[in-house]
Amino acid sequence: MKILVCITHVPDTTAKISFTDNDTKFDANGVQFIIGPYDDYALARAVELKEASGGSVTVLNVGTAETEPTIRKALAIGADDAIRINAEPTDSMFVAQQIANHAKDGGYDLIMMGRESIDFNGGMVHGMVGELLGMPAISPVMQLDIEGETAKLAREIEGGKEYLELSLPFVAGCQEPIAEWKIPNMRGIMSARSKKLEVIEPTDATEAATLEKYEMPPAKGEVKMIDADNVEELVQLLKNEAKVL
Amino acid sequence: MAILVFIEHAEGVVKKSSLEAVSYAAAMGDEVIGLAVGSIDEGALKAAGNAGASKVLHVTDEKLEKGIIQAYAQVINQAMESTGAEILVLAKSSLGDPVAARVAAKQGAGFVSNVSDLPDTSNGFKVKRSIYTGKAFANVEIKTDKKILGLKKNAVELKTDGSEATVEKFDVLLSDDSFKVTITSQDKATGEILLPEAELVVSGGRGMKGPENWGMIEELAKTLGAATGCSKPVSDMGWRPHHEHVGQTGVKVSPQLYVAIGISGAIQHLAGVNSSKNIVVINKDPEAPFFAAADYGIVGDAFEVVPKLTEALKAAQN
Repeated sequence: MKILVCITHVPDTTAKISFTDNDTKFDANGVQFIIGPYDDYALARAVELKEASGGSVTVLNVGTAETEPTIRKALAIGADDAIRINAEPTDSMFVAQQIANHAKDGGYDLIMMGRESIDFNGGMVHGMVGELLGMPAISPVMQLDIEGETAKLAREIEGGKEYLELSLPFVAGCQEPIAEWKIPNMRGIMSARSKKLEVIEPTDATEAATLEKYEMPPAKGEVKMIDADNVEELVQLLKNEAKVL
Repeated sequence: MAILVFIEHAEGVVKKSSLEAVSYAAAMGDEVIGLAVGSIDEGALKAAGNAGASKVLHVTDEKLEKGIIQAYAQVINQAMESTGAEILVLAKSSLGDPVAARVAAKQGAGFVSNVSDLPDTSNGFKVKRSIYTGKAFANVEIKTDKKILGLKKNAVELKTDGSEATVEKFDVLLSDDSFKVTITSQDKATGEILLPEAELVVSGGRGMKGPENWGMIEELAKTLGAATGCSKPVSDMGWRPHHEHVGQTGVKVSPQLYVAIGISGAIQHLAGVNSSKNIVVINKDPEAPFFAAADYGIVGDAFEVVPKLTEALKAAQN
């Protein structure tokens, strides 16, 4: 089975978010970048599927040269080769078109990625890629098993799960607990250095939405502390001040 | 030009988040047409008029009883074409999000999700959206003629004016190609208040020490009329189901009130709750980082404070 895993290169989940250049650029100073946590789940499951039944895992990232350490990490985790489409991933539609243009002749049986990137949280690239390739796209996928040409999936819905069946090929936006994250071992890290990382230039695509300015949320006021022996005061505050009861 | 709103329903009523989407579209000033799919009483759909829709198109093809994403996208494409709507508005949901992504790709429409405010159309079409899991916002301009706005919960207040919408049957042509996926079953809590829709949320963390102690969380939630949530370790350890996990990689909530019990407040958890209107933190550790993000805090043992709080709430209700 030939699997494509699309990954994002995003600030670590504990990173402090701030902006520069008059709030038009993310301040990457001192920020560590990682494989998107949801993409990391997709990658882990893809590697498990390959280990179980053979085939290959190709990693794809739409990004500038800065993302290469992140791509190498994906190779160290167990992907066989990688493709970087050399462009700033500014817009979901743009990214989806780049992925679809690469994948349409790639002969992939399965295209996996995270349910959303943790920077822009759009959660739409998998659906767009599915539409552009005329394939089903399922998200957020929590379980994925493949027998022959048929896949059995569970996806999260409000208040529970939905179980689905479909044939390959399709697109899956993944989340926990589809697999456990894999930590690269020394052998993986060494072999990743010599694995193929191909850089290709982007194709013409639509930029549907452009960024004007970033903005931080208003600062939170002081916390009001209430004595543990006086919970009635909290009830009064919730009723009369917060007006939520 | 009309604005189309995708209206979702559950257990025979239109979801509140969909009514908010109707109110949002109505506030943009154009005619609002709702689109609902699947069995629901006409009377229940008329309620969308109360939030600002002039009419609701109702698709009742029985092939659409289950939420097959590709088929729903096909329905929306046909409804946009038939009504001439260039803007689609919908609430964030497990069905709406993937459907809208397909519609966007099909129609070349600019799709912005997690929209938190009305658009500014004074110069172009600009919307504010939440990013970095609520830690910041981005103001973006949509440049395409067709536009899709996916709303974050509480993006606007639900406004009602007592009017009713007319409900029209809407026939669609569905291709076999849209039914490549079979939904074999659903495993869904019924009768519970669903976390993503909830106005009030009570969440428990590792400080609750074990699943056997969740009774007091549920009792407090029941007294408040709240949904229950939990932190990531709690769902990872299997104390509570994954759909209750609130945080960066779980459900993001934006209720009127979020009560966090025995949750220290890791940055990944805060990311899932930071757009709550009011946050109450109960924790025995006065140094818990969650207090810095709270509006109200109690330092104390949850096993003592929570039952007392439930009693005090009951007393206040009587």
